[in-house]
Amino acid sequence: MSPQNGAPSRITRTFSALRANGQRALVPYFVAGDPDFASTRRLVLECAARGADLIELGVAFSDPMADGPANQRASARGLKAGATLPAILSMVADLRKTTEIPIILFGYFNPIFHYGCARFCADAAAAGLDGLLVVDLPPEEAAELAAPARAAGLDLIYLLAPTTPLARSRAIARNAGGFLYFVSVTGVTGARATLPADLEANVTALRAVTDLPIGVGFGISTPAHAAAVARFADAVVVGSAISQLIETHAGSDRLITAVGDFVGSLKRAMLERA
Amino acid sequence: MQSLPDKHGHFGIYGGRYVAETLMPALFELETAYKQARRDPDFRATLQRYAREYVGRPTPLFHCANLSARLGGAKIYLKREDLCHTGAHKVNNTLGQALLAVRMGKSRITAETGAGQHGVATATMAALFKKKCEVFMGRVDVERQALNVFRMKLLGATVTPVDAGSRSLKDALNEALRDWIATVRDTYYLIGTAAGPHPYPMIVRDFQAVIGREARRQILAAEGRLPDLVVACVNGGSNAIGIFYPFIADSAVRLIGVEAAGLGLNGPHHAATMTAGSVGVLHGNKTYLLQDETGQVRETHSIAAGLDYPAVGPEHAWLKDTGRAQYVPATDAEALDALRLLAETEGIIPALESAHALAHAIKLAPTLSREQLMIVNLSGRGDKDMQTVAQAFGVSL
Repeated sequence: MSPQNGAPSRITRTFSALRANGQRALVPYFVAGDPDFASTRRLVLECAARGADLIELGVAFSDPMADGPANQRASARGLKAGATLPAILSMVADLRKTTEIPIILFGYFNPIFHYGCARFCADAAAAGLDGLLVVDLPPEEAAELAAPARAAGLDLIYLLAPTTPLARSRAIARNAGGFLYFVSVTGVTGARATLPADLEANVTALRAVTDLPIGVGFGISTPAHAAAVARFADAVVVGSAISQLIETHAGSDRLITAVGDFVGSLKRAMLERA
Repeated sequence: MQSLPDKHGHFGIYGGRYVAETLMPALFELETAYKQARRDPDFRATLQRYAREYVGRPTPLFHCANLSARLGGAKIYLKREDLCHTGAHKVNNTLGQALLAVRMGKSRITAETGAGQHGVATATMAALFKKKCEVFMGRVDVERQALNVFRMKLLGATVTPVDAGSRSLKDALNEALRDWIATVRDTYYLIGTAAGPHPYPMIVRDFQAVIGREARRQILAAEGRLPDLVVACVNGGSNAIGIFYPFIADSAVRLIGVEAAGLGLNGPHHAATMTAGSVGVLHGNKTYLLQDETGQVRETHSIAAGLDYPAVGPEHAWLKDTGRAQYVPATDAEALDALRLLAETEGIIPALESAHALAHAIKLAPTLSREQLMIVNLSGRGDKDMQTVAQAFGVSL
């Protein structure tokens, strides 16, 4: 879906360009402010330099109901660092001076609702944010955010799950913007040793109901996973594995390069997938 | 008003289904199963039989002659939910939902618990209906409610301590939802209060409404007329919505919910969601919430573990906004005084939660005439709280 002036959004342009080159998008996720804002700013730029195509910034929340332990701890570190929505938007605005990489926020509804949906969408677009993914806001409840997001030119990205019937996926896709985010597992976020056996079949089935790009996330934690998913999906989201790296290297000089190296290895694996 | 929630689960602006997509199909499945069950005469007959023979319903409506005389005002009745099997109203809901789980063919039942009362009531039903049972409980609560942890284990349940967040009830609820996201195909998540995503607030209300239906019939039999006031403690609000609901259409009956003011509303140590909170979204529904200026959910305090939650069921939020019910606070100290007064005057030791309702009744009764009738929902018995109460009174056991 496109922003208010009818021009394709930065997210849509990114997917079109990748598709033209036969490439898939790599989408690293980390919590804004984990472990501090200076690191997040550097991580965004480092990931962009190492082959990330989109950045998904987690918004810390006191009650992250769909997150496993690694992202829960990341969220707690973000809260401790003062990662409020105004602070995150001001960091995004600052990043926009140096990078054009699409940035989406991944979080829970209450902080946005509390900020005010219309005011938040206007401020987010002004800061240079591209999209929103609100985990606990299914389409049935999304009207109060969807309208101002559309008006502001922000893509509202929806989740689809292995439990979502195809007819429902079709209805969700009709109102979705940017891309569809398929949750690979019936479960919360967190690194898994193996990918679900039915993942490819599930993603392939979705092609029948939408032309939007399909990203896959939850559980993808190694270059081999990323390469496997890149064979059938348009975007690969890697989150908890990065949160764990940040936890391991927080406060060390190695933090930025450790994440950068990991993102680079994911990208290489995806490029070599064929 | 009694046709709420609407078909999307909203009570005015409140309620709804704010959950991860993975759970949406399960909520639709639950709603369909519940609507079929409540129309099914066999299901209703089974529910009534267990309510009568296992839970011990109907519970009495008791006229507190001594307390009423002492306070010198309204005629006070207690609805004795403390006499239910397992010691509180919680079982009305766990019985109904466990029967639903059986009907839906789910092999495992999960629940969150704070003080452990809902966990015990769920473990009880899981034992009765031969289901696997896992109860999520904040680490802090596991430590301070050791007796209820033991009861749950004795009943065959697994008790899983939760170390996330503030390690109390709201975090137990988060963990129960996370578990459900991963196990949704074969697990029935049995929420303990009239909150959570639609259809839970409606289901829990409907199973708890037996309290109000009985009380209404009983007061009519005893007095030949409806009460002037109905008073209940509120946090999630299941006992309150259960007794309020059958009186909602009786506009002359005042409905009063009493929230936990903890150490007082001046500081942060309370759980008075509707007195001091604002509208937000937590645990699947839009409602009143205690939150900070950036929309992060606050930690709460109440001497009553069952009132120590930062939100409230969405139907109460609606009843507050429409003015149909009033919500007032009572402090820890007022609840303790009320507990002692009821023990001394009537020989009944209430749960600390129920003592909050009583505390407001005690304030109100002397301002009313002797002809006025007040029903207080005595939602649970106080045995579980003796350690806490002794400590508060400076007695070491």
